[in-house]
Amino acid sequence: MTLNDSGAETAFRERAARKVMIFDGGYGTSIQKYGLSEADYRGDLPLEKDQKGNNDLLCLTRPDIVKAIHTAYLDNGADMIETNTFSGTRIAMADYGCEHLVHELNVTAARLARECCDAAEAKDGIKRFVAGSIGPTNKTLSISPKVNDPAFREVDYDTLKEQYHEQCAALIEGGVDFLLIETCFDTLNAKAAGMAAKEAEAASGRSVPLMLSFTITDMSGRNLSGHTIAAFWYSLRHLKPLTIGVNCAFGADRLRPYLSELSKIADTLILAYPNAGLPNELGQYDELPEQTAELIRVWIEEGLVNMVGGCCGTTPAHIGAIAKALEGATPRPIPTLPVITRLAGLEPMHIAA
Amino acid sequence: MATQSTATFVNIGERTNITGSAAFKKLIMAGDYAKAVEVARQQVENGAQIVDVNMDEGLLDSQAAMEQFLKLITAEPDISRVPVMIDSSKWSVIEAGLKCVSGKPIVNSISMKEGEAQFLEHARKCMAYGAAVVVMAFDEVGQADTKARKVEICERAYNLLVGIGFPPEDIIFDPNIFAVATGIEEHNNYAVDFIEACREIRARCPHVHISGGLSNLSFSFRGNETVRRAMHSVFLYHAIPAGLDMAIVNAGQLDVYDTIDPELRTACEDVILNRDVDAGERLVTLAEKFRGTDAVAEKAAEEWRGWPVEKRIEHALVKGIDAHVIADTEEARLAVAARGGRPIEVIEGPLMDGMNVVGDLFGSGKMFLPQVVKSARVMKQAVAHLFPYIEAEKDENSKGKGRIIMATVKGDVHDIGKNIVGVVMQCNGFEVIDLGVMVPWSTILEAANENNADMIGLSGLITPSLDEMVTVAEEMQRAGFTMPLLIGGATTSKVHTALRIDQAYEGPVVHVLDASRAVGVATALVSDTQKDGFVSQTAAEYGHIREVRAGKGQSALISIEDARANAFEIDEALKPHDPKQPGLHVFSDWDLADLRQYIDWTPFFRAWELAGNYPAILTDPVVGESASSLFADAQAMLDQIIAEKWIQAKGVAALWPCRRDGDDVIIHVEDEKHIRMPFLRQQIAKREGRANMCLADFISHDGDWIGGFAVTAGHGIETHLAQFKARHDDYNDILLKALADRLAEAFAERLHHHVRTELWGYAEGEQLTNEALIKEEYRGIRPAPGYPACPDHSQKQLLFPMLDATHHTGITLTDSLAMWPTAAVSGFYFGHPQSEYFGVARIGRDQLEEYAMRRGVDLATAERWLRPNMD
Repeated sequence: MTLNDSGAETAFRERAARKVMIFDGGYGTSIQKYGLSEADYRGDLPLEKDQKGNNDLLCLTRPDIVKAIHTAYLDNGADMIETNTFSGTRIAMADYGCEHLVHELNVTAARLARECCDAAEAKDGIKRFVAGSIGPTNKTLSISPKVNDPAFREVDYDTLKEQYHEQCAALIEGGVDFLLIETCFDTLNAKAAGMAAKEAEAASGRSVPLMLSFTITDMSGRNLSGHTIAAFWYSLRHLKPLTIGVNCAFGADRLRPYLSELSKIADTLILAYPNAGLPNELGQYDELPEQTAELIRVWIEEGLVNMVGGCCGTTPAHIGAIAKALEGATPRPIPTLPVITRLAGLEPMHIAA
Repeated sequence: MATQSTATFVNIGERTNITGSAAFKKLIMAGDYAKAVEVARQQVENGAQIVDVNMDEGLLDSQAAMEQFLKLITAEPDISRVPVMIDSSKWSVIEAGLKCVSGKPIVNSISMKEGEAQFLEHARKCMAYGAAVVVMAFDEVGQADTKARKVEICERAYNLLVGIGFPPEDIIFDPNIFAVATGIEEHNNYAVDFIEACREIRARCPHVHISGGLSNLSFSFRGNETVRRAMHSVFLYHAIPAGLDMAIVNAGQLDVYDTIDPELRTACEDVILNRDVDAGERLVTLAEKFRGTDAVAEKAAEEWRGWPVEKRIEHALVKGIDAHVIADTEEARLAVAARGGRPIEVIEGPLMDGMNVVGDLFGSGKMFLPQVVKSARVMKQAVAHLFPYIEAEKDENSKGKGRIIMATVKGDVHDIGKNIVGVVMQCNGFEVIDLGVMVPWSTILEAANENNADMIGLSGLITPSLDEMVTVAEEMQRAGFTMPLLIGGATTSKVHTALRIDQAYEGPVVHVLDASRAVGVATALVSDTQKDGFVSQTAAEYGHIREVRAGKGQSALISIEDARANAFEIDEALKPHDPKQPGLHVFSDWDLADLRQYIDWTPFFRAWELAGNYPAILTDPVVGESASSLFADAQAMLDQIIAEKWIQAKGVAALWPCRRDGDDVIIHVEDEKHIRMPFLRQQIAKREGRANMCLADFISHDGDWIGGFAVTAGHGIETHLAQFKARHDDYNDILLKALADRLAEAFAERLHHHVRTELWGYAEGEQLTNEALIKEEYRGIRPAPGYPACPDHSQKQLLFPMLDATHHTGITLTDSLAMWPTAAVSGFYFGHPQSEYFGVARIGRDQLEEYAMRRGVDLATAERWLRPNMD
């Protein structure tokens, strides 16, 4: 089956061959700065539950804020922004009783981001890309929440996949260039999301390449379901993503060894967007834009990444500092890997040819 | 770091295959999944690199069994670290399995049995799920038996698969291993056919692998394990070079080719290579000779099952094995009951000890979250078993001291700490209503109202939970609550509680450091006499924290360069003279009666949770009576210890020439042996006139002296402890340990005195009372590695060899650098009169990185030892 090609992938790959591309930064931190009340979140929507903290809902109720943040990142040099839809699945929206808004929310979010990118392109003629953000949801396919019943799961693969599909389809409808499955704390969730994204892409008839981003949840370098970064990559390599990478977790300094490992085994582009260091005891991020930029520069020197941005605690100023620090930087060359069998449990396994 | 295995021959575990293992089948049919999981664990421990799971059994809901088992082993990192092979003849079972397995599994198997269309449909699905695939040499006509058929079918399948974009390296062919020596002549060449087909398939189909089910081969020799093992080993010996690179085998049951009985080996070889028509007959005859010599059987009970019950419980907790935990807990309960203890002691003792090990391993990155969750499960099962006993006992004592609502806040799934606190609270007579994890504030408030709770306890591990706790506090305030709010969990802190949570809620807010504090805090909060005092004291403390914070903002760190520029400068003129007796001094049996004079009794009482200073504590209105009684018992035991010489006090002290090099001290241990001893410097911004201290500051650049020591008063107590234990005498057991600790401290004090007055001799005329000694009114200090002035425990790794301490004193270091016997002290001597104790406190990454280099360890290691100084 051939899919319509919007040209986004080609344009992206061409630019990635020339420079280290810039992704955007955190949304939660930026939204927090507005000090929004529950009423701001709710707008005039008739909703039963408390909406405070439902950041995705702002796409509908305070699009001005969402666009302002998108624009701030674009103004600071981002080549790509992501939609404000991290929790835009039915299952995650259930916390706020907003399941019925999932479609509208994702379509609108994609359009907002698209408008901001088009406006930026109109100014300087440089194409900007929109990645539809797909978070891990608040349920896991790999871990039982009941310690007495380890075979129990709060959700099953098909249900989760269906809900990812709904989000992916809406994001594609709204005009995203790519789908970014991020903060993958559960590898099986990511596999379900990846399958859903591929099916939604096929159903839409338009080519919307995938981007995947792992996260690390403990000091041994694994995600919550226990996979090492190599095992994660091998588990998802069949999706042939446009980018693979890591986000959230730690600051840039502590992510470096994992990126170094990934860089050697990933035969695709690498996107990484760390937090602004580790949070202090008040849960705040203290790392200054220049510090983050400096730490990321170390990655570049080692040729570890093709695109960088920020996650928790990063601001437009961080992205600006990163963009400045990476001007003229050489992007990571994509390695050619030998043809061997790569399997994975929680850890990778190779079978030599 | 994860081990990456690059295999050239892959053992696939077969014992979780219901069609191949009668034992496994029995467990699954009986629904005993806990034991079935153990089978998988044993396989991996025995070297299986992939675990084959097959649930094809007519009387079983295979799909449900497949799902159940795969989900269960997902929770077992020791098993799920290796890839899974989802094995079924039913596609529906395979697809159900694919939905349960993360990682990249192998599907076993698909074939062209039902035609090309279905074959390709299944292959596409495997690609979509991200699985490698075993392709059986089976087509519309049937199973391939000859070499030609095997090669033909595999090549056709290969071309079809590669044609749809299937990665060739993800194809594994199974060209059918059939039984030989069956007595039927057509079967004689089956092994040869297989081996030759392997060679051909590998040549024609680049990148593929070849696998086979080995047990079929020796089907004729069922019941004769010796012969079967020999046949399998011989077969592999010949098939592997031909291209077989995987096999479904019992990884624990393969013989080394060279060690097989030569006669048997030749007979097997003749059969497998089909050397002559009588080969099968010969092997059948010979096999009789080996019948019953089956030395294999099942491996004897695993070693750890023979350990003492505490160790077994710890092992089960650390490994998350729940197969025996009920029996072990019961054994522990009976053991505790037998010495007059209460069932709760099983929790407070071995179970909590085990969980502490888990906590330490998790903290140091040696365990990761799924393992910890698994450990918690074992813990819960053990506690559940104990609960009726604890309940039964509780009736006799107080009933219902108070009711607490506990919850892990919204957005957070971590509940181990909360569960432990809950257990400890319940064990202490509190009624705990546990709302579980991810609990929104509305549910917490509702539950508190409905249950007329006395207090609420919130827990969380991840940083966003801090904010959520503030939200709960705000909502409690809005709803007009007044009950106390307890805050706990790994990322919570007293500072955050004081600055954020306490500010949001007018009722009492208390940060609870750990489970052990929870009971005390909760008890105070439900006590008529203590509550008001406790609440106002806590409020005042938090108010003070806020003031201090407001005053100085974040406790600022200065760079290590700036800190060094603000170093403490000693007065060179006051430098002590060279030691009178430099070098190493060994004391193999210090007089205990002498040490007795040097005992500092205040910490002794603190160990028994009696607060107050000696000797005032003996007449204290509250604890005076019990303190006096305890003191009398201690004196009596000390008399006996000294008279009967229960303890051998061994020590070593040394004085070495040295010089300072930056923050390091270069110590000249022997002529050719110079040790660089790095020290840490305070980096907290200081007031004008206050130095950023480092122990190296007390050493002169122009040549100086430094000392080291290690002492113990722990040798000899074990036999007496054992006797007390045998008499179920806890009291004397603890008493002796506490006294040994005190004697060790006294020894350190006494030896320091000896060094000051004799060995170094810079304080020859020193005449100090014991009281003055305790107040450290002497010249020079003896800081210990791991304590505030030199917080790096790993300095002991340098100090001990310098002193040859283990040889001279019998003190050994554990992996975490604790000393054994525990009644031991080690440290450095600094003689300069201006040297003083201080705390290094928080340091910056700049110093950490530099320190790692100076210390000669990698950054991660340095960070592990200094983590408490990093936050």
